Amino acid sequence: MANAQGQIYGINGPVVKVKGSNSFEMQEMVYVGEEELIGEVIGVTSSETIVQVYEETTGLKRGEKVVGTGGPLSITLAPGILSDIFDGIERPLKDIRNLSGAFIGRGVKVDNIDEKRTWKVEMKAKVGDYVTGGDIIAVTQETSLIEHRIMIPPYIKGKIEWVAPSGNYTIVDIIAKVRHDDEVIDITMKQKWPIKQARPYTKRQAISRPLVTGQRVIDAMFPLAKGGAAAIPGGFGTGKTMTQHQLAKWCDADIIIYIGCGERGNEMTQVLDEFSELIDPKSNRPLLDRTVLIANTSNMPVAAREASIYTGVTLAEYYRDMGYDVALMADSTSRWAEALREISGRLEEMPAEEGFPAYLASRLSAFYERAGYVTNLNGSEGSVSIIGAVSPQGGDFSEPVTQNTKRFIRCFWALDKSLAYSRHYPAIQWLNSYSEYIDELEKWYSENVSADFVEKRNKMMAILQEESSLMEIVKLIGADVLPDSQKATLEVAKTIRVGFLQQNAFHADDTYVPLEKQNKMMDIILLFDKRIKECVEKGIVLSKVTESGIAEDIIRVKFSIGNENIEAPFHELARKINETFDNLMLSCEG
Amino acid sequence: MAIEYMGLNNIQGPLAVIDGVDDAFYEEMVTVTLDNGSKRIGRVIEISGDKAVIQVFEGTSNLSLTNTKTKLMGEPMRLPLSKEMLGRTLDGVGRPIDGLGDYFADEVRDVNGQPINPVSREYPNNFIQTGISSIDCLATLIRGQKLPIFSGDGMPHDDLAVQIARQAKVVDADDKNGDKFAIVFAAMGVKHDVANYFKKSFEESGVLGKVVMFLNLSNDPVVERIITPRCALTAAEYLAFKHDMHVLVILTDMTSYAEALREVSSSKGEIPSRKGFPGYLYSDLASLYERAGIIKDAKGSVTQVPILTMPNDDITHPIPDLTGYITEGQIVLGRNLSLMGVYPPVSVLPSLSRLMKDGIGEGFTREDHPDLANQLFAAYSKVEDAKSLASVIGEDELSDMDKKYIAFGKMFEEKFLTQDKNENRSIDDTLNLGWELLGMLPKSELDRVSDKILDKYYKPMEEQE
Repeated sequence: MANAQGQIYGINGPVVKVKGSNSFEMQEMVYVGEEELIGEVIGVTSSETIVQVYEETTGLKRGEKVVGTGGPLSITLAPGILSDIFDGIERPLKDIRNLSGAFIGRGVKVDNIDEKRTWKVEMKAKVGDYVTGGDIIAVTQETSLIEHRIMIPPYIKGKIEWVAPSGNYTIVDIIAKVRHDDEVIDITMKQKWPIKQARPYTKRQAISRPLVTGQRVIDAMFPLAKGGAAAIPGGFGTGKTMTQHQLAKWCDADIIIYIGCGERGNEMTQVLDEFSELIDPKSNRPLLDRTVLIANTSNMPVAAREASIYTGVTLAEYYRDMGYDVALMADSTSRWAEALREISGRLEEMPAEEGFPAYLASRLSAFYERAGYVTNLNGSEGSVSIIGAVSPQGGDFSEPVTQNTKRFIRCFWALDKSLAYSRHYPAIQWLNSYSEYIDELEKWYSENVSADFVEKRNKMMAILQEESSLMEIVKLIGADVLPDSQKATLEVAKTIRVGFLQQNAFHADDTYVPLEKQNKMMDIILLFDKRIKECVEKGIVLSKVTESGIAEDIIRVKFSIGNENIEAPFHELARKINETFDNLMLSCEG
Repeated sequence: MAIEYMGLNNIQGPLAVIDGVDDAFYEEMVTVTLDNGSKRIGRVIEISGDKAVIQVFEGTSNLSLTNTKTKLMGEPMRLPLSKEMLGRTLDGVGRPIDGLGDYFADEVRDVNGQPINPVSREYPNNFIQTGISSIDCLATLIRGQKLPIFSGDGMPHDDLAVQIARQAKVVDADDKNGDKFAIVFAAMGVKHDVANYFKKSFEESGVLGKVVMFLNLSNDPVVERIITPRCALTAAEYLAFKHDMHVLVILTDMTSYAEALREVSSSKGEIPSRKGFPGYLYSDLASLYERAGIIKDAKGSVTQVPILTMPNDDITHPIPDLTGYITEGQIVLGRNLSLMGVYPPVSVLPSLSRLMKDGIGEGFTREDHPDLANQLFAAYSKVEDAKSLASVIGEDELSDMDKKYIAFGKMFEEKFLTQDKNENRSIDDTLNLGWELLGMLPKSELDRVSDKILDKYYKPMEEQE
């Protein structure tokens, strides 16, 4: 059957109304107007079809044709995705630049993924093998870091009738033929997948491993699990983007998908520049080799902003299917929600809270549920972890996007304005943040880091909690009136805040701290806590401890001890702490 | 070809509707001719069937359903551009109003512009010395940045903007005459006096020949205001990317702009989001602010300093809030400081420059700059804590350390923040002043500074001559 075709009837911003055909399908991808702008059907009534257009609609006329493509908005999955930068509907921005210059023109026709480039493919499957969707039939080295595993597209199964010999192929060359029922299907390295549909897997698994980020406040206090979902809410200037960048640089996922959704153009440029230069310490290769960037900056068309999130998560699932751990950063999901609101407003839908459409919650949950730790169709294990930044209006966490997001994530890193004002970074407020993954990860921590890791973490949390209630009193009457035992708590809490939670992203060592060092730092702080309390019990005046300057030594540990060969210096520091306190106690007794 | 449509179908606020239109396109320009011969321009903002909704820039007063003829121009809103624009004064939609007649257009461009491809952007890291300590040291302006001034009614944001424009004019060592420097000034709904003040100040500092002024004053049509910043930015992009100039764009007042947008939105009957502003306020503001930057293959740059007055000094109001999410930082003026007579009354803690981290330090300003700025922020935030404690228990009851902080805070406001409207401090002077003040605090308090820097620059107050 021929694809549906209609004519433009009305235009309002990115929303175009179409008459003349009633055979458009919901979510069908369409070409709009003479310039063939890309659009998607978002509403169908008996008299008209509503299309959202992913490009600027200036210059569109009534009566121009709208042609359906017969399928939903899909993206291309093939080798060549990594280390590239795409717009919200997977058009490579570098190619667009070559075609239309420094500014993004309209109706630019580019291949999503280079179809001329050849890849050195090593075939794994043989004639006669019985394969099903997800099975790996060939591999190619996509970047120096990542081997791209070429899979049979989902929902295809049958016997391989022919395979190409290992060699150099483009993504459109046929590399195998599979008999699916009565039909022979040509397999290339390229697959298409509709972005709004989750890719299938065999089974979800329980969460068991943390996503190690090298950020102390995250790893030690509020860890995220591989396959988990986290939100970073914070007003402007609190460091959402900075935190996302740090995670993208240092987290131990195999693949990073970084979505700049409705954010600043310069930030995307920064990621692109910085990641090409930054070298992954483990592999000595540029970080960009494991990264995909999706940029839909705030001045790019709003409908494509809505799509960018789905494009990103579809890419993430594709690499998960190969058996990789993928971390997806979406900065910011609020801009995505606003795109929903803008389109909804133009459709004159009945608004719910603050003008957001009533389906905001269900869209958010559909997105966050695509995170998970799964057994893939081919039996391998992979994960998609989602970290979404939220930009609440006025920094007020009670607004609808933050509230609805909270329901679907289990790890909440609340950024705080007053911490950011005093340049305490990362400005993750320990009292408002939480991670529900701690219990599930306790086993991993005790097996891989230290048996009492979580116990120590809880102790530190308790000290911080106590500090916060003491601060209420201090705010009213000053710190001088507190008894020494409580002052000691404040002193320890300060070493935790400044020495542990605060982390300098620009310091060569402090920007990434391995778990072993984090663990040792906790040990040192808790040793200090233990000894200072003993001291106070003995009746030693607290000012003597502060005069000794030992607290400053502990705070400076993050800079004074590097990330390697940490055993000896930490041992020395512990000795020094013990010695200082021993002397204090001796002098008191003596 | 040009058909004239007789009469109108409907008039509502600044919007007029014509029907029987066949080939209008979205955002096409129209001219509306009244029976008395006067002409107005407008723009198609919605098409539904054979009806086109037109936004009339000069307002709809005196229009009736029968006394007009409307002509479709067959092109989107375009601005004629030329280097001759420098030194000229134009109205809110780019028509000369200085009595010097039209200028010869070198090219015409769609005022809506197009988004810069992130791949083509050059990441900005060139420090601009404004000569203002609080900005240079703590919220450094970078060439190609968009750094708004968040102010309130009655605060000296205009003085500050003028001072920045005047003192930042020499931008290159090899450009001593400032030939490569230009200012694009867009006034949206500001008072006549304010526009005049800017003009006079530019004149006095001898840069008027380098300024393009777009004026939409408070008694000018509201709808025109929506086009004004777009014209200004189109001119700026042209000067920067075609003529390799470093363009500083001053947009004032963004609050009037956003209110104009709200007015049009509500006449269209759109569903409002927060405080009646349209749901697309963020995208709309972004389409302006994101036009700052530097692109590869061009030598010029567009730096934006938009000014906005926060309604009721409320930084969580949608306009400053959404602006802060788009721009690369903000300079916040504080009412308290202003009342205390501090000029410029830059409220240090909420002020921020996101691009400064890559444009300061060794090779850019001075090696100690990042640590010093960090330490000043941290110290000043303790001053605020001490002050709020003092307001409860009295200054006498404070601990010695808190007293030191209070003293530090006072000197910081008096010496570091305060400077004369014509005082142009070099970055070295600014940084030295910062260290001088930190000397009031004991070394153990300076936990944001690395030992190396501390040894080199820190000198306790007692040892300073």
